[in-house]
Amino acid sequence: MFELLGIPPQALFGQLLLGLINGSFYALLSLGLAVIFGLLNIINFSHGAQYMMGAFVAWMLMTYAGINYWWALLLVPIIVGTTGVVIERVMIARLYHLDHLYGLLLTFGLALIIQGLFRNQYGVSGLPYSIPGELSGGTNLGFMFLPNYRAWVVVASAIVCFGTWFAIERTRLGAYLRAATENPVLVGAFGINVPRMITLTYGFGVGLAALAGVLAAPIYSVNPNMGADLIIVVFAVVVIGGMGSILGAILTGFGLGIVEGLTRVFYPEASSVVIFVIMALVLLVKPAGLFGRTA
Amino acid sequence: MTTPSETEIIAPVAARHVGTPRHHIAIFAGLLVLLLIAPFVLYPVFVMKVLCFALFASALNLLLGFGGLLSFGHAAFFGSASYVAAHAAKVWGLNPEIAILLGVFTAALLGLAIGALAIKRQGIYFAMVTLAFAQMVYFLAVQAPFTGGEDGIQAVPRGRLFGLIDLSSDFTLYFVVLAIVFGGILGIYRIIHSPFGQVLKAIRDNEPRSISLGYKVERYKLAVFVMSASLAGLAGATKAIVFQLSSLTDVYWSMSGEVVLMTLLGGMGTVFGPLVGAAVIVTMESYLAGFGAWVTVIQGVIFVASVMLFREGIVGVIAKWLKKPL
Repeated sequence: MFELLGIPPQALFGQLLLGLINGSFYALLSLGLAVIFGLLNIINFSHGAQYMMGAFVAWMLMTYAGINYWWALLLVPIIVGTTGVVIERVMIARLYHLDHLYGLLLTFGLALIIQGLFRNQYGVSGLPYSIPGELSGGTNLGFMFLPNYRAWVVVASAIVCFGTWFAIERTRLGAYLRAATENPVLVGAFGINVPRMITLTYGFGVGLAALAGVLAAPIYSVNPNMGADLIIVVFAVVVIGGMGSILGAILTGFGLGIVEGLTRVFYPEASSVVIFVIMALVLLVKPAGLFGRTA
Repeated sequence: MTTPSETEIIAPVAARHVGTPRHHIAIFAGLLVLLLIAPFVLYPVFVMKVLCFALFASALNLLLGFGGLLSFGHAAFFGSASYVAAHAAKVWGLNPEIAILLGVFTAALLGLAIGALAIKRQGIYFAMVTLAFAQMVYFLAVQAPFTGGEDGIQAVPRGRLFGLIDLSSDFTLYFVVLAIVFGGILGIYRIIHSPFGQVLKAIRDNEPRSISLGYKVERYKLAVFVMSASLAGLAGATKAIVFQLSSLTDVYWSMSGEVVLMTLLGGMGTVFGPLVGAAVIVTMESYLAGFGAWVTVIQGVIFVASVMLFREGIVGVIAKWLKKPL
């Protein structure tokens, strides 16, 4: 294989894959944020903590109940999503008549509580979660070695993202959802239970974060702080993409992951800040975000 | 975006009279007396910590409570000023007052850059943008050679004020810090009650209306952002001299969250709320320092309780009860 701009192809494709995986998580998490924001008009600051919870619940199911990865993929989003439903009913629902900033402050507090509790219980060193047997090993593609699990993460999150997009943009339920985003009062007048829809939407968004957590568990060690820094990058992704469109959130997430991976190849020092720099540029050129509708 | 709910976040207590209300003067005087006695009763370093955070929270409150802009990235200004002051005092061997001024200058420049970009978005986007830029500053601080990475800048000399007064005694330093912080807070009070501050409140309460009245809203927002950043920098730089330390904690997002918590708990949009909030949180943290992550849990619980139960904050509730703006 030839060298590309003096970069060995293994390194280039390796970082590209890593970028694509990070991009998968950016996409899944910003998708969840966008879905929640669309209907609830709040920024779910506890999204990172709920992603971390997803990884931990998967680890707990495995350790305490012997439930394997595949069942965890199904069960964890339901369990963590249910906690989200409770949080929405008990707390967030009481804040809709107030400024949206209160929702942000509340969910920030919840994130601190969740992270603190897990840190007390499990420390900060991180717990191992092994790759399921079916996906261990890898495939040699000739120009690079592709670990099967990593390929699975990219494919799985692309499927989930597409499924969510399809459900929201192409189904009857999604049509109700979009209508309620535009005008909840009118949709309610048509006999649709909007408060319940809002609750379930929050639960769904939280479930998406938890699903991302399960996918991440075998790649990154399961750690109480795993969501804290990630969520800030995801916020930047959301600002860059603009929360106006579901597809926009997905594309921006994957795209920025790849850009970050490429930066790590060509100028590694900048890889941790490149997304923020892009955010600054987008704010200068198109403040509403690449896919945003309103400023 | 201008619904009636918008105004509720600040819980504005209308100032009806012209000039400084008498009870404000009384409170400031009482506070000064208390703070002059404090180092004889309490550990001076502890009170200095409270003072630095009181100034930091007041700076955030200038932006949040009176400008209606929630910055979730004020640690960037606090921390960068702290780093520059520590570096100037230690490596360049400058006098503490020059080191602090350099720190403030850095925070102001950073505030100008971040503020100019952040005010292009509103509401929660503004919060997300400031948080993201602060994280960028954090990553830069991790990588920059002069910040000392994980160790931070340690053993910063307190030096001699104006080259004359030796600040190595906690007692002497205390009165210098008191002067800086009290001056800063009086400055904020002056800004709030100036014509500029009134326009700011008008923008906070009804931005489209302010635009239609001919005010250059963006300029006002940027101006208050830079002022708030500079004052946060003043707090951070002073903190670096007091503790002789500047570290990554100062620029991390948890620091931004902490100062938002102080302001929220004390009372957004009140003059004295941030001081009370800072005192409560710093005291709580120093008592619970041995309990590790429980501090984080309790901070979270206070956040949730403040949002759910008393959004006016401690001082806001008292002000409502006394029917006087505090």
